[in-house]
This record gives sequence, C-alpha cells and structure tokens, in this order.
Amino acid sequence: MKGSKLMALLSSFVILGSYSGLAISSKYNLPEPQTPIAQEIYDQHMMALWICLAIFVGVFGVMGYSIVKHRKSVGYKAANFHHSTTIELIWTAIPVLILIAISWPATKTVIAMKDTSEADITIKATGYQWMWGYDYIQGEGEGISFYSQLSTPQDQIRNQAPKGEDYLLEVDNRVVVPTGKKIRVLMTANDVIHAWWVPALGVKQDAIPGFIRDAWFKVEKPGIYRGQCAELCGKEHGFMPVIVEVMEQEKYSQWVADKQKTASAAVVNTALVENEASKN
Amino acid sequence: MAVIQDVHGHTHDHPTGIMRWLTTTNHKDIGTLYLCFSLAMLFVGGFLAMGIRAELFMPGIQILEPEVFNSFTTLHGLIMVFGAVMPAWVGFANWQIPLMIGAPDMAFARLNNWSFWLLPIAALLLITSFFVPGGAAAGGWTFYPPLSTQGGIGTDMMLFAIHIFGMSSIMGSINIITTILNMRAPGMTLMKMPMFVWSWLITAYLLVLVMPVLAGAVTMVITDRNFGTSFFNAAGGGDPVMFQHIFWFFGHPEVYIMILPAFGVISEVIATFSRKPLFGYTSMVYAIAAIALLSCFVWAHHMFTVGMPVTGQLFFMYATMLIAVPTGVKVFNWTATMWRGSMTFETPMLFAIGFIVLFVIGGFSGVVCAIVPVDVQVQDTYYVIAHFHYVLVSGALFALFAGAYYWLPKWTGHMYSETLGKWHFWLSMIFFNVAFFVQHFLGLAGMPRRIPDYALQFADFNMISSIGAFGFGLTQLLFVYIVIKCVRGGEKAADKTWEGATTLEWTHLPSPAPYHSFETPPVVK
Repeated sequence: MKGSKLMALLSSFVILGSYSGLAISSKYNLPEPQTPIAQEIYDQHMMALWICLAIFVGVFGVMGYSIVKHRKSVGYKAANFHHSTTIELIWTAIPVLILIAISWPATKTVIAMKDTSEADITIKATGYQWMWGYDYIQGEGEGISFYSQLSTPQDQIRNQAPKGEDYLLEVDNRVVVPTGKKIRVLMTANDVIHAWWVPALGVKQDAIPGFIRDAWFKVEKPGIYRGQCAELCGKEHGFMPVIVEVMEQEKYSQWVADKQKTASAAVVNTALVENEASKN
Repeated sequence: MAVIQDVHGHTHDHPTGIMRWLTTTNHKDIGTLYLCFSLAMLFVGGFLAMGIRAELFMPGIQILEPEVFNSFTTLHGLIMVFGAVMPAWVGFANWQIPLMIGAPDMAFARLNNWSFWLLPIAALLLITSFFVPGGAAAGGWTFYPPLSTQGGIGTDMMLFAIHIFGMSSIMGSINIITTILNMRAPGMTLMKMPMFVWSWLITAYLLVLVMPVLAGAVTMVITDRNFGTSFFNAAGGGDPVMFQHIFWFFGHPEVYIMILPAFGVISEVIATFSRKPLFGYTSMVYAIAAIALLSCFVWAHHMFTVGMPVTGQLFFMYATMLIAVPTGVKVFNWTATMWRGSMTFETPMLFAIGFIVLFVIGGFSGVVCAIVPVDVQVQDTYYVIAHFHYVLVSGALFALFAGAYYWLPKWTGHMYSETLGKWHFWLSMIFFNVAFFVQHFLGLAGMPRRIPDYALQFADFNMISSIGAFGFGLTQLLFVYIVIKCVRGGEKAADKTWEGATTLEWTHLPSPAPYHSFETPPVVK
C-alpha cells in the first residue's frame, strides 16, 4: 500500500518534470518566446499554471482523502458541523493574496505592451477578406507596400496533393523586419474585423475597420515567425496567415533596396504599358 | 407520462393528447416540456458538434466547406446556449421550485405556457435557416458586426430567433422571481430556502437585467442590416467595438446564468449524499450573490485584444480575478460538506463530484485567461474553447445530469438504472476529457478557433479531440435510453428516495409527485 502510493507520487513528479522540460518549443505549450513581452507572457503563464496545480492538488487531495475515508460503505458516521466563520474567512482571504501575486507582474507587462512610442519602423497592417496588406510608413523601408496572401496551393487543401511542411502557414510576401529594432504595427481593416497575431512575438491585436490600433515588438533572433488571423472574418478566415521574417540589419537593407527597385520598375512598367495603350 | 396521467386522471376535466401539452398550465407538464425540448436541442447542437469534429479530424477540407463549417460553429453555440442549457434550467425551475418551496404551482401559469411555446418557434427558425439561400448565419454565436451584417436571410432568421428566446427567458424569469418571493410555504424565510431556489432567484434577476441589453444589440444589428442605420458601421459614424461592449454586457452574466443553477443543484446533491448539512449555507448564498454582481463588471475581459486603454484592461483584469474568490468559497464549502460526511456514490453524486473536479479546471483556465498578457496569446484560440467547455459541458451539463438523476425518481416514481447511470457517468467523464483536455495544448501552441482547416503541427491533438467528441456524443444516447426506461417503468421509488435528502419534495410528497401538489401549503419550522 505504502509502496504503491510512493510510486504514484514519484511518477506524477516525473510527468510534471518532463512536462516542464518539454515546455520550451513544444506542441504542449506556448511557442518559444522571441520578444521580451512574449517571454513575460510565457513566464506568467507558467507561474499561473504551477499555482493552479498546487491548489488543485491541495483541494482534491483533501476531497480525495474524504472520498476514500468518509464513506458509508466503510461505516463512517456523518458529523454534523455546518459552518465556521474563521475558516471561511481564511479561505476567502488566501485566494485574494494569490490573485494579487499573479496580477502584479501582469500589470507591469500590460503597461509595457501599450508603450508603442519611439518606434524605429512603423508598418501598417490592413486586414482584407482574405489577406493582409502591408504599408511601411515610417523608418527604413518607408514607402514599401504589398499584399500578403496564402501561398498553399488549393490541391493541398483539397487533399489532392501531399501537404507541405508549412501547410497553411506560408504566404507569397512575408512582412520583413530587421533584428534589434522596435517595430510598431498599426492595425486596421478594410471590411470586417480581423486580428493580427504572431504567437512567438507575443502580439495579438484586432484590426478594426474604421479604426487604427497599434502594437509593437522587437526581435533579436533572425527567423520566420508564423501566425494567423485570430478573429473570425468569414469564409476564408482560416486561410490568411501572418508571416513575419526577421533579418539581420544588412540583409534587411538589401531587401529594402530590392523592394524599392522592383517597386520603381513596376511604376516604370505601368507607365510604359499606359503609353503603349494610349498610342494604340 | 403515463404516470402523470394516472395520477391526475380522476381529478377534473382536462384536454388530452396534443392539446393537453399545448394548453397546459401545470408547472410539472411545462417542466417536462422544457426538459424534453432542451434534450432534443442538445442532440441538434450535438449533431453540429459532431460535424465540426469530423471536419477537424484531419488537416485539409474533409466534409464541410468553410462557409458551412462557420454556420455549424455559429449554430452549435447558439443552440447549445439558448436551446439546450438555458431551457433545461428553466425546466428544472418549473419542476422543482414549487416543490421545494411548498407552492401549488408557478405564479403565472399561462405566462408559463407561453414562455415555453415560444421556444420551438425560435428553434425552428434557427434550424430551417440552414436551408434558405445563403445558408445559416456564419458569423459566430457572438455575431460581431460588420461580419454579421454580411450574411443572407439566414442571419436575420437567427437574429429573430434570439429575440424570441430572449422574450421567453424574460417571461420565465419574471415568473420565477414572483413565485419565489410570494409563494413560499409559511415559515420558509429567504434564508431557509433550498440552495437550488436561491441560485435560481439570483439567476432570474440576472436574466431580467441582461436579456433586454441583448435585445438592444440584436435590434441594432437588425436595423443596420435592413434599414440603413450605422450603429456598428464606422463608415457611417458607428463603432463595431461598441457592439462587443453591449453584447458582452449581456454575454458575461449569461455565462453565470448557465452556471449558477448548477451551483444550486450541486449544493443539494453533495449535501444529500454526504448525509450532512451544506457547509456554510450563508456564505454560499452570499457567494452566489457576489458572483452575480461581479459578473456585471467583467464583460470586457472578452475583449482584451480590441485595443482598450491600459486602465480599461487593468480594471477588467482585476474585476475578473475577483470572481475567483466567491467561486473558490463555493468549492471549499462543497469540500467541507463532504468532509466527515457519510458518503455514498450514486449517479447524481458521481456527476456532482465530476462537476467539481472539472469545473475547477475550467475555473483555473479562467484565471489564466483573466491575466491580460496571457489572454493576448490565448484569446480566440482553442485554449478558450477548452476553457468554456470545461465550465459549460462538465459544468452546466454535468450538473444537469446530476439534477436529472437526482430528481427522476421524484418525477417518474421509478428508479433509474444505477448501473447504466454509472456507465453514463464514467464514459462521459473519460470522453469529455479526451475531447477537451488536449484543446488546451492546441490553443497554447497557436491554433485559432473557428477555422475549418489547420497547420500540420495541430494534427494529432485534433484527431484525439475528435475521437473523444464522438465518444462523448454517442454516450449521451445512453442517457436518453436511461431516461425513457425510467419513465416507462422500473423499481418503485421510495417517497424519500435518498436517505440524506431534506427538502420538501422528499419529506412531504409521494413519488411520483402528484399532478397537483401542495394545494395546502406545508408548514416549515
């Protein structure tokens, strides 16, 4: 009896331990945080989780003991107590203290999340049914403008071709930003409400037609970070991913130069076409 | 049914057949109608859920086109909330409140009939909207504009149905409030009322407070759609976010409207099967009242990503967290009620304990969602889906099952099959967790809700979840079988079926309760 209880206790610790071991970049938890805000979110979630687990074990340990021992089938006679002001006050006060402990760091993060001042680059993200439009409106890359649409082919979605690695999380034009710079994103929408969300960056903000909201992030590690529209926006809601590519500064400058070259080439091309058209 | 007819057969003239049910003003008949209706709606909503889970079984579009999928999620939510859970609680109120306070019937008997017969009309509107051009509403059960201004006639049918459901609820609540405040047996002071009656009194006030607010929101969406107003259209000077504020001012108390009567039932069941008085009756009443009051000040925690000012976010975070305190008090009191009791574990008790365990998990994920920075990650993901199914399925629905098994002997005069009841509990418990626990992981890992197709890293958990959901759905057929079997016959139930029961329906009435009960009120000491 004692042995089996000890085993159960040990194995539950092993499970919990391996859970927190798995936690970083696993499919059981938030994605590996890439910004200070995302890191704070990750930590606060873990703290809340552990507190909840502790309370759960405490409450249901007591209840479980009671269920095993205080049952009629083992001949236990019911006591007849029905209140205790002291104990009721205690178990009202303790949760209040725990909640204060949880909300203190959260308050600081909320204030930090809202501080979109002094951004190095400002990008406007516009939600459309069903794609994103991006306009670089301040900082390096100013003037760049493009749409970003799902690039997963229809036959993969229709199960007529094997699905690629980044199935539904790939686009024709990614939002590109440099490392180590504070990026401010302005969100708005053209038709219905969408939400711009990249989990690894800790940013989710509704894009509301007729209104402009903002959020910010700053990433140190180059990489491609994938997210999705998070607000139901109609038929293709599940098919408008948000893909952010973070590059080293030099690469980013190169990308900006290329983008601006093709943009001006496109303008020249359009002019040529218009010329041709007017000649005919 | 046969039983009820037997009992009243010799009383007085009464229509029979369909007319009996159409014209009935008897609280027991109307309670039965409510319960049968909500059970039918549980299966309609459940069918939609099965469709959703079948589509999500594997990545890729399987059986539902994206727009149809959106209709399924929208109508699943609406039917479960307005068609299944709320009417089920009103059914319990109709059956039990007069029996528990020693009243002969509900205060407004004809109004009672009307509030029920509105429901099938609303349900018909919702279900038939699938077959109109453009299909059923597909903007989510929260029908946020401007998306909800886009749908076809199906959306208008949905809006009209919500109006009708709302009317029914308001009338039902007025009836319940009046009954409880005026028709209690002599000697039953407010602080002597059974906890179930208390929970419904407070719930009814919440309903009267918030259903008109919903009606306002619905009306504005209807006029935006059909009469060229711009309440929620920024291009016309309106504000789409204002809709969310109005909707959730209804929507959050609505959550407690669905769960407070559950607290009442669980308090009755735990005390009965622990053979011990409920621990902290007074603090239980205050806790329910505190939850109801607080629930009116937390609505914007559904909107942490709309871009509120810092002070708004912080206010709603703190207020939301505060709700954990009275909720915790309830859980601790239930535990203390069980402590040093003399427990037995019949099906109602099993569902009640299952309720507490799983509801606490749902409560915990609720606290996690209340933390604004964390909510920014999990809002509109499967984490939230898991959270509210833990409080609504293993919360409200499990409590409904607990209540049904608890009172079936009183209603039918027969015992249900204890073996089958236990099977129902354990299968529900296992499949429910298989279906919904993994959804926490899906949400944390980044799977948005309301999508018909998903990236490959979400594939295995979705398959597990679907298997659990299919199992859970099938298990509920067992419940229907158990209920029908119990109505049609079975071991005769004792008048006081449960040894530890203390409320009037057990101590003063035979089983089954006669068609007209408490024509002379009992005296409560």
